[in-house]
Amino acid sequence: MSTQTQTVEQVITAPIARQKTRIQWARLLLYVIAVVFVAYYLLPIFLLVLTGLKSYNEVNLYEMWNLPRTLSIQSFRDAWFGSPSVAGLGRNFANSLTMAIPATVISAILGMMNGYVLSKWRFPGANIIFPLILFGMFIPYQSILIPLVTTLNAIHLYGSLAGLTFVHVVYGIPVCALIFRNYYATIPNEMIEAARIDGANFFSIFTRIMIPLSAPGIVVVAIWQFTNIWNDFLFAITVTNNPANQPITVALNNLAGSFTVEWNVQFAAALIAAAPTILLYVLLGPFFVRGLMAGSLKG
Amino acid sequence: MKGKGWERWAAVLMVLPSIILIAIFVYAFIGFTGYVSLTKWASAAPDFTFVGLNNYARILFGAGIETQRFYIDIRNFVGFTSLFLLACLIIGFGLALVLDSRIRGENFFRSVFLLPFAISFIVTGVVWRWLLTPGTPELGATGVNKLFEYIGLGFFKPRWFTDPTVLYIHADAGVGLFLNQIGLKFLTSPTWGISVGTFSIVIAATWQLSGYVMALYLAGLRSIPQELREAARVDGANEYQVVRYIYLPLLTPITLSVVIILSSISLKLYDLTVAMTGVGPGFSTDTLAFNMFETTFKATRFAQGAAIAIILLVLVSILIIPYLRYSLKSETAV
Repeated sequence: MSTQTQTVEQVITAPIARQKTRIQWARLLLYVIAVVFVAYYLLPIFLLVLTGLKSYNEVNLYEMWNLPRTLSIQSFRDAWFGSPSVAGLGRNFANSLTMAIPATVISAILGMMNGYVLSKWRFPGANIIFPLILFGMFIPYQSILIPLVTTLNAIHLYGSLAGLTFVHVVYGIPVCALIFRNYYATIPNEMIEAARIDGANFFSIFTRIMIPLSAPGIVVVAIWQFTNIWNDFLFAITVTNNPANQPITVALNNLAGSFTVEWNVQFAAALIAAAPTILLYVLLGPFFVRGLMAGSLKG
Repeated sequence: MKGKGWERWAAVLMVLPSIILIAIFVYAFIGFTGYVSLTKWASAAPDFTFVGLNNYARILFGAGIETQRFYIDIRNFVGFTSLFLLACLIIGFGLALVLDSRIRGENFFRSVFLLPFAISFIVTGVVWRWLLTPGTPELGATGVNKLFEYIGLGFFKPRWFTDPTVLYIHADAGVGLFLNQIGLKFLTSPTWGISVGTFSIVIAATWQLSGYVMALYLAGLRSIPQELREAARVDGANEYQVVRYIYLPLLTPITLSVVIILSSISLKLYDLTVAMTGVGPGFSTDTLAFNMFETTFKATRFAQGAAIAIILLVLVSILIIPYLRYSLKSETAV
């Protein structure tokens, strides 16, 4: 048996020996491509860290790529606490958290409710209502900004973090409904039928079956919403006019647009603004990717 | 599930708050914006005097700066979207193929490629603005131009987003003469060109979103049965043929999604422009979304801003509505 195998192998390998080296070159090329793109994707982040760690007297635009001779976290301190030339971002970082966390929690709750009904119950007009809800996540928000400002003014939420939180909850409804609808669709209907035979009703199916099984869906929605809300700029700049209430994206943009702010402080501020979502991504990458797929309608 | 009478009502009640919010904040608001676009409102104080389609006429067929700016925005959109799509599709698909070929460290590479997607456009804009600041002839190069110097490409000194040049087909050159002869003379004007400033935004946007395209393609590749690939190889197909005749046709739905989603992102492009370049020299990096915001909230010409917003909505809808219909029809895709 073994001798036979050997001969078969020899027969196969002999003519393709040359091909094999070619395949090895091809594989090397794959790694080269991968490494080149690692450089492309990490270069800006590398520059952010590099610049943030330089001391002020080493910060020179023409020596941007030189390694720091001494390490200093002065840029980060100034970006966070502020300096004579710049208001610190610490306050705005806190604003972003106070807005993004409650908005994410409420979004997830609404998403569970909508997803449950849309995936497991038939109600009149559901086939029309679902696409109408979904459309809300693709519209250019420019088309609702004018009435949004007027309405928030009328209900005294304009300019406040509460108002911005509310806005994020409302415009997060479509994507959260979609993610939970797709997620709940994977829970077998037989399970619900069985529970019904045991006397479960609309509410007890939700509280006893759906919610306890929701953890993965909740993580996906939480990451997706938190990231989007944290990174949002358009709503933030439209709704919060007072610098004391502005989230970090707006504060960063103001700081970066100011000519009096050193660019090393701008970079430190950018890194601070990016840190929470990068951290989430690094810690919970696979869930992040699942939200990503939902964002393109592919559950 | 159908349920008893009261359960149906309970189901409706559970989704009702969301439906009401969407009805107001999406549909009624769009209606209101549409209404504003038909009025005279052009200062901080609302003025609802009805003027019909005047605002649209001024933007689309006028002779003023707003008409010029509108068509420059359309030109920028076409140029930006073509390059951006091309870059994202090639890089995204290429990297997905690389990751799908059982290379070592696949998880690491995948995480790095997707990392920019977690970052906001504002951060991206701030970093790339500095990376693509060309420096000056007197004081030397900065940003990536400095890197070019290090690797011996110092002669290559693009001016990136500070370059006001618009590339277009000149009427007196070969192709231009030909277009002139076949009655397509209008194509030989800067209106049908591409501004050099756009390339910088494309580089930053591609940095941010090509990993996303890679993730979509990778998921698609992983869903292609292994047997299919092996069957093709047994039949003598080489790697190129496997990609060309098996992967690409099977991944068409993903390509379609990518094209629609990225095009709608480029129509809505606002944050990146704000943080990176603003309108640029001669509106070279302006976008419709940016134009709308400035017209409405900076210049307080609300009615005109509303008209731009509605045009923007129509353009996005042309892309999205067929896509939604298609996705919802093939329920498996949703």
